[in-house]
Amino acid sequence: MLSQDNTSQGTDRSPAIDLRKINKSFGPVKANKNVDLIVAKGSIHGIVGENGAGKSTLMSILYGFYEADSGEIWVNGKLTSIHSSKDAIATGIGMVHQHFMLIDTFTVLENVMLGAEQSSSLKQSKKSARAELQRLSVEFGLAVDPDAITGDLAVGLQQRVEILKALYRGAEILILDEPTGVLTPQEVQQLFDILSALRERGVSVMLITHKLQEIIAITDEVTVMRGGTMVATRETAKTNKEELAELMVGRKVLLEVDKESANPQQVLLEAVNLTLRDSAGVARLDDVSLQVRAGEIVGIAGVSGNGQTELLDVLSGISAVQQGSVVLNGVTIDKDNVLNAKDFRHLSLGHVAEDRHKQGMVTQFSARECAIMGFQDEPEFNGRLLMDNAAVTEHCTNLMQQFDVRPNNPHLKAANFSGGNQQKLCIAREIERQPKVLLVGQPTRGVDIGAIEFIHQQIVSLRDAGNAVLVVSVELEEVMSLCDRILVMFEGRIVGEMAAVDADAQKLGLLMGNAGGDDSATGVATQ
Amino acid sequence: MSDIMLIAISTLDATIRVSTPLILCAMAGLFSERSGIVDIGLEGKMLAGAFAAAAMAAVTGSAWMGLGAAIGVSICMALLHGFACITHKGNQVVSGLAINILASGLTVTLGIAWFHQGGQTPLLSGDARFFSIDLPGALAVADVPVLGAIYTQLISGHNALVYIAFVTVPVTWWLVYQTRFGLRLRAVGENPQAVDTAGISVFWLRYRAVICAGILCGIAGAYLSIAQNASFIREMSAGKGYIALAALIFGKWRPKTALLACLLFGFLEALTVRLEGVPLPLIGEVPAQLMQATPYILTVVLLAGFIGKAIAPKAIGIPYSKER
Amino acid sequence: MSNKTLPTWIDVGVIPLINVCLAFLVSGFVILLIGESPLEAVQYMITGAFGYAEGIGYTLYYSTNFIFTGLAVAVAFHAGLFNIGGEGQAYIGGLGVGLMCMSLDSFMPWWALIPFAIAAGAAFGAAWAFIPAYLQAYRGSHVVITTIMFNFIASALMVYLLVNVLIEPGTMSPQSRVIADAAILPSMKDVFAVFGVNIANSPLNIALFLALICCVLVWLLLWHTRLGYAIRMIGFNEQAAVYSGINTRRTIVITMCISGALAAMVGINEVMGAQGRVLLDYVAGAGFTGIAVSLMGRNHPVGIIIASLLFGALYQGGAELSFEVPSITRDLVVVIQGLVILFCGALSLMIKPTIEKLFMKFFAAKESANV
Repeated sequence: MLSQDNTSQGTDRSPAIDLRKINKSFGPVKANKNVDLIVAKGSIHGIVGENGAGKSTLMSILYGFYEADSGEIWVNGKLTSIHSSKDAIATGIGMVHQHFMLIDTFTVLENVMLGAEQSSSLKQSKKSARAELQRLSVEFGLAVDPDAITGDLAVGLQQRVEILKALYRGAEILILDEPTGVLTPQEVQQLFDILSALRERGVSVMLITHKLQEIIAITDEVTVMRGGTMVATRETAKTNKEELAELMVGRKVLLEVDKESANPQQVLLEAVNLTLRDSAGVARLDDVSLQVRAGEIVGIAGVSGNGQTELLDVLSGISAVQQGSVVLNGVTIDKDNVLNAKDFRHLSLGHVAEDRHKQGMVTQFSARECAIMGFQDEPEFNGRLLMDNAAVTEHCTNLMQQFDVRPNNPHLKAANFSGGNQQKLCIAREIERQPKVLLVGQPTRGVDIGAIEFIHQQIVSLRDAGNAVLVVSVELEEVMSLCDRILVMFEGRIVGEMAAVDADAQKLGLLMGNAGGDDSATGVATQ
Repeated sequence: MSDIMLIAISTLDATIRVSTPLILCAMAGLFSERSGIVDIGLEGKMLAGAFAAAAMAAVTGSAWMGLGAAIGVSICMALLHGFACITHKGNQVVSGLAINILASGLTVTLGIAWFHQGGQTPLLSGDARFFSIDLPGALAVADVPVLGAIYTQLISGHNALVYIAFVTVPVTWWLVYQTRFGLRLRAVGENPQAVDTAGISVFWLRYRAVICAGILCGIAGAYLSIAQNASFIREMSAGKGYIALAALIFGKWRPKTALLACLLFGFLEALTVRLEGVPLPLIGEVPAQLMQATPYILTVVLLAGFIGKAIAPKAIGIPYSKER
Repeated sequence: MSNKTLPTWIDVGVIPLINVCLAFLVSGFVILLIGESPLEAVQYMITGAFGYAEGIGYTLYYSTNFIFTGLAVAVAFHAGLFNIGGEGQAYIGGLGVGLMCMSLDSFMPWWALIPFAIAAGAAFGAAWAFIPAYLQAYRGSHVVITTIMFNFIASALMVYLLVNVLIEPGTMSPQSRVIADAAILPSMKDVFAVFGVNIANSPLNIALFLALICCVLVWLLLWHTRLGYAIRMIGFNEQAAVYSGINTRRTIVITMCISGALAAMVGINEVMGAQGRVLLDYVAGAGFTGIAVSLMGRNHPVGIIIASLLFGALYQGGAELSFEVPSITRDLVVVIQGLVILFCGALSLMIKPTIEKLFMKFFAAKESANV
């Protein structure tokens, strides 16, 4: 598996990257403590760890975003100092970021050459860039249309542009930071094929991920980080997901959700032929119909951007129904009967937002003010003219106690809570009212494994109390283990449905990329 | 027929003169805003430049020295804006506002202290002003029907700064769309992180954009005090900086369309001046104050019709910091 | 990164204070630049503002206006809106006050008239803020540009009205007729006279009490009502407000209208109080000072009161200064205003890292001393 002999460097056996005793602190927080890391040349090296384990900081140091407080960086056997991204690029290190560093309005060609233009005249630069891009595409098998507008490309293709950007600058070491979050399983496989091809040509790859199945699938070696330190390095062939998870968290971890089988009763939430067009006339929801019954958890799988957000918006009352209708606890909402988010809540609907930073919380508010979001007009928190601040504080304290939100301080600014505790508060806020229907978007995004277990349990308990839950998640593992029934969305349509017991990543993946299932009329193959 | 021709030509002539400071400020705003820095301070830079030009011209007797001073002062204010917004990640609207108020007070304070004329600078004449230039052959073709009149009165006969203003439009277009600098400028206004990770300094790029804005606003200010008029008068910018910004927004942050928007504003203002005291059918004579208020009312109307904040450069108004 | 390493009292008290001092320091340089002595200037200003009873009266009278405009800017700021139109809203609001007073002053004394005058002023001020508000909320038009445009339009409109409509027949100056004596607000001198205390004559009147009441009302609004909660949420995170079921567009318009109504109260102080009639440009820049006041006071009523006092002193002191030193005029106060907005607004975080370092050092030294 470890193929050193294919390197172009001849007899040079020194590792591609050798980090020695890297230390980095941000104020009182020690993000990296004495980290050692060796990446063999021409290998694919995985780095796993939870949020806050220090892997992003380490990579940022390697790519010149930060400077380490102490420690050494050896690249290809030479001691190097990297003060900026420019230095890193010059040393042959390229990075593909989790959130693409692309200009949506530029063409692929412009994006690839940005910062590495050959001359101050754009016309000249474009000519030489075009030739080089062509050469790279052929050599590494990464085909892209240089004149396509980057923002219009599929996500998998955009990622290819990112990789090409790095190769254009002569990267021999490629760092990929959480590259698969936005890809379908088929696109992930294509990415892995590309990485293997790169490895064949002597490029060393560092793969940062929290997805253990990917580590097992593609890497040669894996390093586990926890709490800022390097905990262990293993040869991938000689380890497994369970061992890695335990190393990541420091204790045995339950990777499956512990729940009994569902006992669905009457339909509490129904979407009937929902179609929603955006301001450009594009159908974000295309004739969507679904049902969620009391006592069941329905999951919606799919790569983000396929209408899930719009679906949640309509089902929660944030967006008005354009075409079709929503039936919530017996009340029909459509063009003639328009209800808003507040009305939906009064009909016993709870909604945990997909993005707690953008929607679900106000980070500058104190926790107590966040605790009543969505319910700020309710009589229990208000007098005739003024708000009852004491009642609000008490409510927050209760929530924090019941849902183990730490620290239990309602006056602390929301920004000062960890991701897991913030999410627990958001969920507490909704579940505490025991809504008959609960919508949850990305329940465990940015949440540590310990809190994940807790949150999943809360959702299952709500179901067992006879309520209906709809979960939207991009994490297939979560959907398969948490939900009872799974729907798959693609380009605004429900393209598949199956019971969780019948589901596997392969089947779901095909549906997510619309490359399988009986209804794929267009049969557009993922590139 | 020829009467209408005369009126048309003189109105268009006035349009050009009125549009000049708008065009310069709009191009200035383009550089700044395309790089992601909101620039409400066009007004203040122009006003400060106007004062500097008139003061320097009065003292040295040279219009070109005045122009230089205007550009210099305007660049200083632009750097102040940059310092607050880029280096210290301050609120860009507040910074622009501060610059406007600062310029407003400082120009009069210094004016009174130095020239003792209630805020005005001494009247300029001769070489201390920019006067109209007759383009080659203007006198010769003056009598040629239609085209001659257009050449002599409309195209020729403006002062140097007017010609400079119109030239800045294609120059701006070339800089922004045909050079490496322009590519990076546009990039940093859309996604500064992408630019940073490509190894380019976001700060330096934005500072350069802001300096460009300073240069152009300085020229606009000099035009007001030593070309269009003969001295600096307090508050002489009268909101033109804001109108230029509105024209820029209306022109979707692109040089050609912004130019058209500026010309539109200029034309409408020239039209209202022409109609002053002239009884209109049905309405009768329009009050002078309404005429004065027209450019401002127009700005609001145009902004009201404009839908889509989303067309602004994506990263505009958000201070950049390496966040990881 | 700088999450909560500094205690609140430094964040809210010391740093703004230092920012203000920086503004004054630079102002001092400007005074030097024009060839005068800053220390002498400060002396004149302090004497002018606080040195004699009449001066204090004037200082407080100016402060009253700034409290109104400061509150106006602050309320809008909390919703994330920049209301630069306080000048125009105050101007038009005063028109409303004047019109109401002139219709009813022959029937009512001031204490019966005042609720009507306040209502009329507030309505006119709110109306002047309504269009820019609506355009921002529903059309995305930049509220900064539209409110500034409305300032210019208000100016032109008021000139027209004062010269052609409201002018007292037979006079030349553009102003309305004087309001009946009984309808004009009692000055502070009159109020104190009731208790047998004799104070100096000045334009300071009971509108000051209205200003303080408005401070309390704004405080209650922002931190103790549902509307205030919604306003603050929109200011921090509009998407979260939508999620919470708040009608953001309507709330934005309501907020701006409240802002306009507050600015309009300058009309009560001036038209119904000090001047007793509607005059040309009686707002005299108070709308813009309100911006400086609000920023310096960190958009909180208590801070606004303090900042208003400071600027009131500057205005009155500035008048005294311009009297004593002919080469300095009131425009110097505009310079100071601009510098305050710069240091307290745009550069407000400039000194924070330095203060943090000093604090850490001091803290560390204290720790080792305690060991």
